[in-house]
Parts: sequence; structure tokens; C-alpha cells
Amino acid sequence: MHSFGYRANALLTFSITILALMCAMASVSDNFNTPTTSAQVQVLNINWFQKQPNGNDEVSMTLNISADLQSLFTWNTKQVFVFLAAEYETPKNSLNQISLWDGIIPTKEHAKFWIHTSNKYRFIDQGSNLRGKEYNLTMHWHVMPKTGKMSADKIVMPGYRLPVEYR
Amino acid sequence: MDWQGQKLAEQLMQLMLIAVSVIAFTTGYLMASFQMMILIYAGGVVLTTLVTVPNWPFFNRHPLKWLDPTELEKHPKPQPSLNTTSKKKSVKK
Repeated sequence: MHSFGYRANALLTFSITILALMCAMASVSDNFNTPTTSAQVQVLNINWFQKQPNGNDEVSMTLNISADLQSLFTWNTKQVFVFLAAEYETPKNSLNQISLWDGIIPTKEHAKFWIHTSNKYRFIDQGSNLRGKEYNLTMHWHVMPKTGKMSADKIVMPGYRLPVEYR
Repeated sequence: MDWQGQKLAEQLMQLMLIAVSVIAFTTGYLMASFQMMILIYAGGVVLTTLVTVPNWPFFNRHPLKWLDPTELEKHPKPQPSLNTTSKKKSVKK
């Protein structure tokens, strides 16, 4: 029996199998890309730094974020999610991460950027540990491919310090 | 569709799809455009469907040659004997 329906079904299954194979190859081709990225963040100003009534420290700061993530983009990249986190150590927790800013980069053209902004999300410590605290600003990114596995990486920028006094 | 046509349709379908996928992947990779790969492949699948799915005349160029009906008259089928037929009828009843 070699009917119209049989041939249509055979073609459909075979074409979808090949499509899956092509997507797998596209995903594999991402491994040939070795990204070279850069990021710089300047803390331009500490707008205010205070202790909340409940005892938690909160900081507001103005940041100048610049980054070049263009090399993350390949033909199989849908978008890149970036976020800037403040990371520091307290006696209770060896790693505290607070997201200060994030963004979605839709295309390669938008992947080289600089932004002058105050922190988008509030920088609040769970406790009163921030006075004179040394912290890292870390640029994290998650690459979302069109097909295949998501990947993530980061650039750690150490050596930032909060003021000793509230202001 | 005759036997030769079936073989031709099957081989044509596989060959065309593989060729189109190779073209689509290399073009997409070189142009760095995933969308281009998908569009070329989709076009190729539609073309392959049009070529190999309908029963085109060129799939029917090797018709089977059946024996002439007069051959049947020369060699008649063996007729079932009367006994077996009567038995069957009795069983049915």
C-alpha cells in the first residue's frame, strides 16, 4: 500500500527528524565560539546610606555600567540576560548576592552598551553589615540560544568599598 | 503508482530532503541567520511534498503486465467438490 497518506506521513516524519538534526548541529556549532567579553562598573555616587527602622542597612548608589558582550552572540543566540550583582561576605553568610540592575539584550547591536543609572533593585542587607564593607560587583549573564542548552558566565570586579558612616 | 514509481518516490524524497537540509544549514551558518536556515528548509520541504506526494504520471511509467484473460479460461481454477460445499452449508445451518 503506497497511498497519498502514506507518502505524506513518511515525508513529514523524515523532514522533522532532519530538522531536529539541523537544530542539534546548530547547537553544537556554538561550541566553536569563544567569547571575549569586557565589563566596567564605576560607582559614581552613594546617594544615601542608612539603617532602616527594622535594622537592615540600605544603600542607594549611582552606577555607570559599560560592557561589551557582542562576542556572546552567534547565529544561534536568541537573547542574553545580564544582571549586575553586589557580592560580599558577612559573618553569617559566606556569600551574599544582591541584584542591583538587570537587562535583556535582544541583538548583537545592543550588546555593546553603557548605562548611567541608580540601582534598579534595592540594595538592602539582611542585617547591619554594610558599613565599610568591601564588596565585588559581578556582571552575570545567561545566554539563551534558539536551540540547545542555556549557558551562563560572569565577570567579577573586586575592590569596591562602602562608606564607613551612614549618610 | 507502480512499483518502480514507489521506489523512485521514496528515494527522491530522502535525497531531496537531505540535499535541502545541507544547503539550508550551510547558508544559515554562513549568513549567520537561523531564520534563513529555517526558511530554506521549509521551502525545500514544500517542494519535496509537491514532487513526491501526489501521484504524478512519471511515477506510472512501468505498469504491471497482467496475464491475458484468455489464459484464465485455458487454465480454470479447480472447483471445490460438491461434498465440501454441502458440509459447509450444513455447518452454517
